[in-house]
This record gives sequence, C-alpha cells and structure tokens, in this order.
Amino acid sequence: MREIKILVLLSVIVGVLYWGVEPFAHSQMHAHVAEPEYTFDDVDDVRAGKTGNVDAGKSLVVDQFQCQSCHSMTVDGKQIGASMNLGVVTPDLTNAGLIYDERYLAGFIANPAKASHVEHKMVEGKTHPMTSFDLNYDGTFGDDDAQGVADIVAFLKSIAPKELTNKEVFQDACQRCHSIKYGDFYGGSMAAKTPTDSITNYMGKTPPDLSQYIKSRGDEWLHEFINEPAKHLKGTAMPRVGLTQEAEHQVVEYMTEVGESKKAEREALAGPFLGYLVIFALFAWLWKAKIWRQVH
Amino acid sequence: MALINESFFSAEGLEKRLAGKKFWKVMMTEYWIPKDINFLWALGVVLATTFSILIVSGIFLLMYYKPDTALAFDSVNYTIMQEVSYGWLFRHMHGVAASVVFLIIYIHMFTGIYYGSYKKGREMIWISGMLLFVTFSAEGFSGYMLPWGQMSYWAAAVITNLFAGGSLEAWGLVEWIRGGFAVGDATLTRFFMLHVFLIPLVIIGVIVLHFYTLRIPHVNNQTSEDIDYDAEAEKYLAGNKKESKVIPFWPVFLSKDFAVLGLFFIFYFYLVFFNYDFAMDPVNFDPANAMVTPAHIYPEWYFLWSYETLRGPFFDMFGMKAMDIGLMIFGLAQVIFVVFPFLDRDPDVLPAHKRPKFFIWFWIMIVDLLVLSVYGKLPPTGANAWVGFAATGMFLLLWVSLPFITKSDAKARGAL
Repeated sequence: MREIKILVLLSVIVGVLYWGVEPFAHSQMHAHVAEPEYTFDDVDDVRAGKTGNVDAGKSLVVDQFQCQSCHSMTVDGKQIGASMNLGVVTPDLTNAGLIYDERYLAGFIANPAKASHVEHKMVEGKTHPMTSFDLNYDGTFGDDDAQGVADIVAFLKSIAPKELTNKEVFQDACQRCHSIKYGDFYGGSMAAKTPTDSITNYMGKTPPDLSQYIKSRGDEWLHEFINEPAKHLKGTAMPRVGLTQEAEHQVVEYMTEVGESKKAEREALAGPFLGYLVIFALFAWLWKAKIWRQVH
Repeated sequence: MALINESFFSAEGLEKRLAGKKFWKVMMTEYWIPKDINFLWALGVVLATTFSILIVSGIFLLMYYKPDTALAFDSVNYTIMQEVSYGWLFRHMHGVAASVVFLIIYIHMFTGIYYGSYKKGREMIWISGMLLFVTFSAEGFSGYMLPWGQMSYWAAAVITNLFAGGSLEAWGLVEWIRGGFAVGDATLTRFFMLHVFLIPLVIIGVIVLHFYTLRIPHVNNQTSEDIDYDAEAEKYLAGNKKESKVIPFWPVFLSKDFAVLGLFFIFYFYLVFFNYDFAMDPVNFDPANAMVTPAHIYPEWYFLWSYETLRGPFFDMFGMKAMDIGLMIFGLAQVIFVVFPFLDRDPDVLPAHKRPKFFIWFWIMIVDLLVLSVYGKLPPTGANAWVGFAATGMFLLLWVSLPFITKSDAKARGAL
C-alpha cells in the first residue's frame, strides 16, 4: 500500500514537471495562430464573375506569348516556352491549374506582389519580377483584363493533370527556392532549382533546406506557415504561394516521407516491442512474488 | 602461494585459480540488504541498467557518427536516422535514456535525502553519488553538442561562455575550452572525445567507487533502523529467513529490481517510440548556424533549475552586477548538494516524516526546484523574471536554514 502511495506521489511530481517544461512552456513560447484557411477570401476575385474561355486563354498564353515568353509548360504533349532566372527561376505552368487555388491564381496574375503578400518587399524601386496583368498596356485593370485572367485560369486548369505525386507537388510548389537534400542525398537532384547566389540575392536570405522541417517545425506549424507565412514570421521574404488544401497536404506528406522515412517502421515496431515488455514485466513480478514469499 | 595442481582445463582447476564461488558469495548471495525497503531502493539497479543502455546504443551510434561540423548533422539525421537499419531506434534509445537517466538520478538522490541515507557513515556514498551527478551532467552536455543542431551550437556557446566568469572576463580560459575564439570544429571534436571516451571512463570508475562505498555502511532502510548485519545474516543463513531483517542481494533483492525494471522498461520504451520530443528538442533539427540565434535558448529539462538560478538575479545588487551574482549562485547550485551531510546537524538517522521541520523543508525544496525548472524554460520577461528571482532567493534561504532546522528538530526530540 505504501509503495502505491509513493508511486502516486512520484507520478504527480513528475507529471507537474513534465507539464510545466513541455506543453505549458511551449504554449508560452509559441504564439497560437488562427487555423489555415483555403478559400483565399482576402484576394479579390479579379475575374468579376466572368466565365473563362479555354481557347481564348490558350490564345493568350501560347500564341500571344503573354505567359510563355517567361514560363515553360506542356501543352498538347509538347513543351513550349522556357523557364528563366529572373532572380528566381520562373515556374513551369503545366501543373499550376491543379495545385494553386483558382481564385488565388487569378489574383496572382492580376497583381503578383499583392496576392502573395510580398508588397512590403517591393520598396526602393524593387518590383516583382512578374508584371501585373495588363492586356492592352493601359495601366489599369479593366473589364478586358478581367476576361483575360478568367480565360488564362480556365486554360491552365484545362492543361493541368488530374493528379500528381507528393514529390511532384513539392517540386513545383517549393523547389525553385528550397532544397530538400535528403530527398536525394547522393544524387543531389533535390537541390533548389535557382542557384544559391541568385536566390539569396533575390530573397535577402538563403531559403532553408527543408529536409528536417517536419521534425523541427511539425506538421501543424508547416500547414499554418505554408498557407500564410506572415502568421508565424511577420515580414518574411517567403511569399504566400496559394496552394489548395490538397496540394499543401501533399507537400507536407512529401516532407514527412523525406524527413521521417522510418516513421511507419517505428509505429509498426512499437506494438510488438511494448507487448513483449508487458510479458517480461508480468513474469518478473511473478518471480519476485515467489522469491519474496520465502522471506515474508 | 599454494601451488595449484588441478588442471587449468577443468572446472575445479579454474575454481582453485579464481575462487569464483567465493566471489559470487561475497558479491551476491552474502551481500546483505535490509528487507524493509520499497521500490525506490531498486532505482540504483535501474540506473545501472539505463547506463548500460546508453553504452550499448552509444556504441552503435559511434559506428556511423562523424565528428566534423560539415558532416555531423547529416550523419545523425540522415545516415543514422534514415539509412542504417534501426539506426533511429538506437538514437531514440540513446537520446531518451540520456534524459530519463537524470529523472531517475533525481529520484534516487531525493530518496537518499528523504531517508537520511547520507550521514553517520554513509557520507562517502553520498559524495560519490554526487560525483556521478556531476560527471553525468558533463556527459549530457557534451553529448548534446554532437548532432550539431541549433541547440547544440547555442548551448555550447552559452555554457562555454560561463567560464569567462562574468566580470572576471577570463576569455583566455573560454578560448582554451573551445579550442578557438568561437565554438567550431575544434570544439566539436574535443567534446566528442570527452563524450565517448574520457567522461564514460571516469563515470565507470566512479560507479565502481559508488558501489564500493555502499559495502561497508550498507544500504539504509525505510525506518532508518540501525541493523546488526552479522547477527541478522546469521539468522538468514540458519534458515530463519522470515525473522531475519536482511536479504541477500541475489536472488531476493535483484528479483525485486527486475520487477521494477519491467515496469520501468514499459515507461521508457513508450517514450522511445511515442514521446521523445522532450529529450530531442525540435529546434535541434535545424542545422547549427552561427548567424541565426534561436528565439528561445534553454538547456535540457534536467539543467533548468540550476540555469534559472543563473538568471534569477536579473538586476544589480549590493554593488555587484546581476550577471556576477547569478554566476555565483549558479556555481553554488552545482556543488551545494555535495555538502548536504555536513549541513544536516541532526545526529540521528531518520526518515523525513520523523523530522517535522525537515519534512517541511524537504517539500518546499521539491516545490522550489519544480518552480525553478518551469521558469527556467520560460522567457525571463515581466512577471516570469520575478518568479525566477523569488524562487532563486528561496533556494538560497533553504540552504542557509538547513543547519538550523535540522538542529531544531534534534533538540525537540531531545537528541541534542
């Protein structure tokens, strides 16, 4: 009976200590932020209710070179355009219609800095490498521009694949700036696509390698951060990328596959391992009881 | 010596040469332990087992770890954690055992304090035990540096900085410890040497010393009764096992230890598989970067209470700088437990519940250490700083009052 009392007392003390230095301390050190939201309500839907026309969009993107002068993409099985380094390597647009929220995508085409929340960086003559969409160069965003954006978004959605692997989403959404070297440790194919000097100059800081971010930040933080970087890091150089909930989920999944590749093995081993220990403990107690019966 | 004629290649011949049966008797079947004990008496064996786990898992990690600032992080987080078969298991076992071993050390230590197992012949047990606490602390600190993550780097920077001695500005000493002006490759390799060679060697030596110091005064018991071991052992050997107040180390005492170990293993491996962040801080999964200071720098949980005594005095007092006062209290906190037997002025060996004032002292000390630990992790701003200040003051007050309180208990009992 006394031993039970001691054990309870001990558990309470250790429990208080654990609670204090772990959950409580972390709640004090890390501000709680609002849940991620995937509707992108804060971005005006610049399409203003206009219905996009795929063929008109194709004409703008492909024939009139509105997009393919700076972006590569695969249209009708053929790769057109080329990506180029404008401080950061421009993205291939083949998958854009799948992984980016369409409302965000429209807003981004109309005004990239505003939609991606990096306007605070566009000072002292700096401008976003992608120009705001302006069909007839009249300096304003009019009805024809709204229709143009709607057409382009409709076209991008039409050429996008139905699904991508987790790795493909990561490569499209993150790898232009971030390396994740544990994704291909010996081959080096998961280095950032933009050369380090260039991206460091463009961002003001080298974007971190993401190999262990699933361990250092955890999935909840990653979701909050990818969805809206400013929530955790005010004034950060990282843009809001506007991933759909599904695409963001795939990015974090990929970071888990790379950063914690033995997670499944760990979870599978835990049951049998602890089960064996319970049996060991049971026999140890029985043996102890047998031995101690002789002395009590 | 008597010449031995029995063949070397026979059991009898070997027995003649090594006296294994005698050795087994002395170390095991006739090493007497009091019968009146509870599971807290098993924690010595739990500690020895945890230390063995640390050695074995450490040997496996050592096969792949690379002590080089350019390679260390990846050798741990990629090679060991993701490539090597069950490398993750050995790392989790090593990291969690390093943390849990301190939990058990603290419980073991306060068991000794509660039952008065540090005086009247048991001083050497206490002192060698505290020596183990210090060497384990050094082992924990040096090991924490090896993954070369952000916390490894910044903990190394902050702790080596302490050797400057505040206003003494002994920067030469700091550089000598670091092997350079800043924490770097030389620092990593020397702490690697300390962690895998010199300190473990010292620890093993001190463990042997600790066991040796137990042998003559014997282990204490729940009522702190003074047992006549020769008489009680005779009773036991004569077959009066139930009346005898003692039990042999093997098999009786160890059977209880194994039972406790069984439960301990379930607790420990649960942490290894499911709840290891407390022992392997997420911040340390960012590679070391001298240009980026983490938002919050804090030591592992087992150093938090003494770390908070360093931060406690946060303003200048008595014509001294806050930093210097903190450093002095921190230094005191590291060694004050060693002199516990000499601050206790009560001539009787009794458990705390038989010493009314000491009993209160004991629980205030526990609460104070808990408060220091929790506030040692929190940012030292606003009200937190004042709580830390008050808890540090209480810590000092407790030590100053210990001789008077123990004496007063003894007087009330009529022992003085």
